[in-house]
Amino acid sequence: MDLSLSPSEREFRDEVRTWIEENHPGPEPSGSLEEVMTFRREWQRKMHEAGWAGISWPKEYGGRGATLIEQAIFVGEASRLEAPSPANVLGLAMGGPVVIAHGTEEQKARYLEPILTGEEIWCQGFSEPESGSDLASLKTRAVKDGDEWVVTGQKVWTTFAQYAKWCMLVARTDPDAPKHKGLTYFLMDMEQEGVEAKPLVQITGEGEFNEVFIEEARIPDANVVGGVGNGWTVAITTLMNERAGLAFGAIAQIANGLKRLNRLAAETRINGHTAAEDPVIRQRIAQLYIEAETMRLNAYRGLTKTMQSGIPGPEGSLGKWQWADINQRMAELALDIEGAYAPLARGDEHAVAGGAWQYSFLRTRANSIEGGTTDILRNIIAERVLGLPKMR
Amino acid sequence: MYFDLTDEQQAIKSTARDFLAARYKSERIRELAESENGFEQSDWDEMAELGWPGLALPEEWGGQGLGIVDLAVLFEEMGYALAPSPLLSNTVAGLALSLCGSDDQRERFLAPLAAGELRGTPALRDAGSPGTVGEFTMEARADGDRVVLDGEKVLVMDAGTADFFLVATSDGRRHLVGRDATGVTVTPSTSIDLTRRLYAVRFDGVRVPAADSLPADREDYFQAFDRVCVAIAAESTGIAQRTMEMAVEYAKDRQQFGRPIGSYQAVSHRCAQMLLETENARSAVYGAAWAADAAPESLPTAASMAKAYASDAGWRVPDASIQVHGGIGFTWEHDLHFFLKRGKANASMFGDARWHRDRVADAVLAEAAEPVPA
Repeated sequence: MDLSLSPSEREFRDEVRTWIEENHPGPEPSGSLEEVMTFRREWQRKMHEAGWAGISWPKEYGGRGATLIEQAIFVGEASRLEAPSPANVLGLAMGGPVVIAHGTEEQKARYLEPILTGEEIWCQGFSEPESGSDLASLKTRAVKDGDEWVVTGQKVWTTFAQYAKWCMLVARTDPDAPKHKGLTYFLMDMEQEGVEAKPLVQITGEGEFNEVFIEEARIPDANVVGGVGNGWTVAITTLMNERAGLAFGAIAQIANGLKRLNRLAAETRINGHTAAEDPVIRQRIAQLYIEAETMRLNAYRGLTKTMQSGIPGPEGSLGKWQWADINQRMAELALDIEGAYAPLARGDEHAVAGGAWQYSFLRTRANSIEGGTTDILRNIIAERVLGLPKMR
Repeated sequence: MYFDLTDEQQAIKSTARDFLAARYKSERIRELAESENGFEQSDWDEMAELGWPGLALPEEWGGQGLGIVDLAVLFEEMGYALAPSPLLSNTVAGLALSLCGSDDQRERFLAPLAAGELRGTPALRDAGSPGTVGEFTMEARADGDRVVLDGEKVLVMDAGTADFFLVATSDGRRHLVGRDATGVTVTPSTSIDLTRRLYAVRFDGVRVPAADSLPADREDYFQAFDRVCVAIAAESTGIAQRTMEMAVEYAKDRQQFGRPIGSYQAVSHRCAQMLLETENARSAVYGAAWAADAAPESLPTAASMAKAYASDAGWRVPDASIQVHGGIGFTWEHDLHFFLKRGKANASMFGDARWHRDRVADAVLAEAAEPVPA
């Protein structure tokens, strides 16, 4: 057992740290999503030039071929230093790895480079209004027509659909097959008639996600990934990649959040003393720190296990569950510390900390829904880790 | 970065698992729970042969010279088996003597303790005192170059069979007192935990020669305290692991409304929660154990994190297991209550969760002044 970084890992961390510190463009613009995307495209271009985009991708495909621990270090440092997100985050974390794992040589040659440079943005078309947790029940239909597929249906919760060139689309190609078997994974050109993205306004008032309406859109047969009828397997690879890469970034974000919470507690007075001196608040702060530490250590244990066995285990579900829970409770505690000021939001001159915690309180409600709901994660843990019988 | 047990540690784990499973079946634990001393001398002799009393003590004093990670591995298994044994009290006494005793005291007490020939236990909590960690009311009254002790200590583990006590006094020092010393009276206590014996020990004008007062100060004992917290937290993690397994097995077998109850989410989600708490406790324990061995500057906070988390998980998981079992889980006949009781007793020892969280709050709030990215 050795929970410290080896000399070479430390050297790698220092290299990452130095590069981010020297190239950090400052905080993201607070204006329109348009400005934010321009800012992120520029950041991704810089990352790519320095060889940090596609850090997990094999070298032969333009990536860095970093080990799992190096990926963890990079994501952890980037989050700790609050580096911006690259513009094409879904392409880098999911699209590229899927094309590398399941794509043809032609597909690799066509798609990988523009993902790395951020020239082409990717989005993910999985969820549908009637297929959320039960993804395999999705209804969007793809029908073969010569050497093309004709697609009709509706997708939802599609991040960056309005900027995307390519959509990782899962559609039903065989309605008679059992539900997991009749699906196919496509790369759909978003820039065509028959595809329309409309922003969904969230409880925060923002439009981060979209609905995508698809009406007889056309996809060449050459854009099938992993073969017709294998959509479920290919989609699962994508989700595994999403889960594996996120943990260490999430851990660093929580660490930064806890420091801000600390500062809020030290600066806020309640009942004649600071919140940091209040015994109940102290207990809650400590419990959050303790759980954040267990999450970090679980992730290290999981990483060691993945390095031994080669594949991330379903235990990763524990980390995602915990992440949502800690984030939510952190924001709840912050609003409790703010007390009577809790309703005042961004834009109000009397809002505490610029209304950051109000935003966080609202945004974190989605943490236990997005990327696998906590209730579904509990099912996965019960069935796949504990071996309990399926509920169905 | 490598967060797993080594082959040697795996070997300690499987040896302990097999040894303890063979000895502490349900009927045996029940017999011992009703026996006078709460454990069997022959079991202790076997544990001594395996080197357990001296596992994490220096080789120089007859120990095995292993680390706190190894100790945590052993104690996780002690909890998993719910072994009734004076190993914990001896581990506390051993660590305190090893870290805070004089060479002469180590020669006379630590070496035989490591060999399992002499048993010791800490006598810390003063009867009727609020019991803040590290604070004691019994005075060390000077009488020439000796100390005279008057008062009563409670919650003393295994006092009925211990050869010596490490008695804490208000000046923060510890004093070695034999159980057979003049003025010592040992009375068994009634505890919810039937698998670990507790006693009240009276000291009436007990005279301690200078050579038997330890040279260390109050703060020095936190070195031992933090390591002991890791061991107890490891034991509670083993309790959580075992009772979670019991719940999962039961939920697979037990049928109601024509289906195994584990297929109902009200039950399966409770089991998932048990896994979360058990794995978190384990991570916190081994994180702290590693800190004890390799990064001692981070031990106090890591140990408190582990003890706080495992204190809660160590009784909440057995409690949840009782709920999964339903009525049978509430019977004396089922073993679950023994685990719940040990877990709850462990939670109260060496600082409860509230005390440890407060210590964590002290540490993390001190960092509030550090800069964070804008």
